[in-house]
Amino acid sequence: MKPRFAIRLASAMFALSLVAMPVFTITARAADKIDPEADKKAFQKFFTEKFPKLKPEDFVNGPYSMNEDLHKQWEEKEQFPPYEFSLEAGKEMFSRPFKNGKSYADCFQNQGIGIRQNYPYFDEKDGKVITLELALNRCREANGEAPFSYVKDEMAALTAYMAFTSRGKPFDIKIPNDPRALEAYQKGKEYFYTRRGQLNFSCATCHVQSPGERIRAEVLAPALGILNAMPIYRSEWSGMGTTSRRFTTCNSQIRGVPLTPQDDEYRNLEYYLSYVSNGMPISGPGARP
Amino acid sequence: MSIVKPLLVSMLLIASPALAASEADFKAAYAAAEAANKEAGSLRNQWTTTASTLAAAKKAADGGDFDTALARATEAEALAKASIYQATSEKERWKDMEIR
Repeated sequence: MKPRFAIRLASAMFALSLVAMPVFTITARAADKIDPEADKKAFQKFFTEKFPKLKPEDFVNGPYSMNEDLHKQWEEKEQFPPYEFSLEAGKEMFSRPFKNGKSYADCFQNQGIGIRQNYPYFDEKDGKVITLELALNRCREANGEAPFSYVKDEMAALTAYMAFTSRGKPFDIKIPNDPRALEAYQKGKEYFYTRRGQLNFSCATCHVQSPGERIRAEVLAPALGILNAMPIYRSEWSGMGTTSRRFTTCNSQIRGVPLTPQDDEYRNLEYYLSYVSNGMPISGPGARP
Repeated sequence: MSIVKPLLVSMLLIASPALAASEADFKAAYAAAEAANKEAGSLRNQWTTTASTLAAAKKAADGGDFDTALARATEAEALAKASIYQATSEKERWKDMEIR
């Protein structure tokens, strides 16, 4: 795109967003009081009313829940799921001991089995949100191993295996009675609704205002349950990707410079999005077009 | 004879906007664009197009084409300023989109 045109486009997008604001405003001013439980109820109500034919647990199938044809495609894909190689690799990696003889199981509750639904959590000692990806790399480093890239390959394989052991368990994200936890949640919410990038999109522009609609060839997933299927095999990526990959590519697709994976903003965003999907079953690893 | 002086002045006025941009012009515009993009970075809201336009400005300057370099640097500054405006205005506007 020619820069001059880009500037005009940016200006037009701002003008359009100002004009369109009342149309897209879901309700009037909000967010002055931090009330995660009320947010969760409103969030889930919004989506279940928008898609009244969907069973609540279907939302975790993303675009495949949006129409019958896509759902058939998903059922066929699940016969020979494209994430299977990664899942098997993850299982093998998870059980292989580190050089010091310890393993991932030593770093997690219940030896790491069936715990995906509890991540991310707020660590009151650190005063920050801890995601599963972050916990896995911290486990590696604590045992003298080099951390993995957060976006794909080994990290995707490990989280695929851990998600698989939690399949069907409902998201159970806790917000402790700690003002720092509430602040992290609120910052995650702010990130979710904040427009960014030259295209002037927020996460909500696609995943609240337009789920089920197409953006080019893709059908947009609803925000409700969007992280339950992570990590995912995406045909567009020709491979697996983690939640970190999803967040950073979303940013670059709207012409925003992505932050570094596991920066505070992304951790808070994951905390918010997971919390408002509490009760929705873990379905990862998933597959997406 | 009396017509020669105004004619010369007119020719100079017409010619002046077409004067080629200098390296100094480019450097000043590039520094301004970089400063604005740095500010956008401090707001955690840089745009990919600002970076690519800055790179295009640098490439043109490296090739000695300071007209193009100046134009790209000026555009990069405008993009960076738009991203700063976006980040600043969104500090409150995000609430309008929230599900309640």
